[in-house]
Amino acid sequence: MNQPPTTDEFVKGLWRDNPVFVQVLGMCPALAVSNTAINALAMGLATSFVLLMSGISVSLLRRFIPREARIVCYICIIASFVTVVDYAIAAISLELYRSLGAFIALIVVNCLILGRAEAFASKNTVGRSVLDALGMGVGFTVALLSIGIVREILGSNSLFGIALFPDGFQTWTVMVLPSGGFFAMALWLLVVNRIKERQALKEPAQ
Amino acid sequence: MTTPVQQPVTSVWSMYRAIVGIGALCALLIVSVFKATEGRIADNRARFLASAVAEILPEAQWTLAVAVDASGALVEASEGAALPGYLGFDADGNIVGAVITGIGMGYADNIRLLYAYSFELDAITGFKILESKETPGLGDRVEVEPHFLASFDRLDASLSPGGDALANAIVTVKQGEKVAPWQIDGITGATITSEAIGRILDVSASVWVPALERDAAAFAGRQPHEEEQ
Repeated sequence: MNQPPTTDEFVKGLWRDNPVFVQVLGMCPALAVSNTAINALAMGLATSFVLLMSGISVSLLRRFIPREARIVCYICIIASFVTVVDYAIAAISLELYRSLGAFIALIVVNCLILGRAEAFASKNTVGRSVLDALGMGVGFTVALLSIGIVREILGSNSLFGIALFPDGFQTWTVMVLPSGGFFAMALWLLVVNRIKERQALKEPAQ
Repeated sequence: MTTPVQQPVTSVWSMYRAIVGIGALCALLIVSVFKATEGRIADNRARFLASAVAEILPEAQWTLAVAVDASGALVEASEGAALPGYLGFDADGNIVGAVITGIGMGYADNIRLLYAYSFELDAITGFKILESKETPGLGDRVEVEPHFLASFDRLDASLSPGGDALANAIVTVKQGEKVAPWQIDGITGATITSEAIGRILDVSASVWVPALERDAAAFAGRQPHEEEQ
């Protein structure tokens, strides 16, 4: 497939095929690390970097990798870029590294990354793979940030560590616990599906 | 009637070439990034360690790295010691306390922590987690839960009359059941992690406190070398 890159490759990951709200992929980090907005943003950016670099690598090497050995090759490539991210975050900020904990290493098993390598990058040019990875990465980051913002505001009465409401505000402790991730996720799924439903109802009339 | 589609057979050489080639490229990438970030990560760790020591032993003007040798004696630590302790000194060279590194298994992985020991109180007076992969929102509550942290205002670590063991084992009890000064008030919902903290402190203090009480006085009056802070 040597079709020229189109903006649709990028845009589809933001809304129509959003990895979290539509494909419901990568739920482990989406729910576990989104207890604060900064953690969600850092995890989103780290995953996007791995998605982009593994997409480029798989696309470049797609004729070199035999079909039978593709999964082991993809995992090797993805794990290497996750290790790069692991070292990079530890070098940038040890505090951030500590707060993301085990979830950096777990990017390796994020099915979104392997899924895009197998379904898209292995069959398309580097240009299209870059746009696809960027779109999916931005969509994943925005989704994680949406969940993180809700959880941090309600659970910690702050946003990006900055206090929001006066002392009288009673924080919802459950929102920073793992169950809060499910509540915030359900809330956003409700909103996204409602908007999509209304769009679908309007489309035949146009 | 349809005929089965013949899949092209991939040669063994192609498979080896792809797997070994990609493996070698990945190894090269990892080693390169490791070498590029090694110094920065070491600096970050050293800065974090220094701030952690200053946080739990604020009286110390400078520290000296020490270790417990095979015979149980307190000696100056060699560079790169696995679990060093630090004697804290004031400006006159008086020992104001010690900070010790402890490690042990938590819920998800090893927990590495620092704790402060006060010679004056015969007690542990604070701790700081250095490395932990405990569940966010659950296990990591050991760093913020007020009633748990209150146990470390003065956690008894006094020695038995013989001076070679703790008088009472440090232990984490269920939340609200702390009755003795050597007990840590646990956290409901973070039971395994809070119990692990108690276990790590007990194992480490059993080795370190006898050595500190017996040998630390020999280090009094020391002045900092240029590289020590």
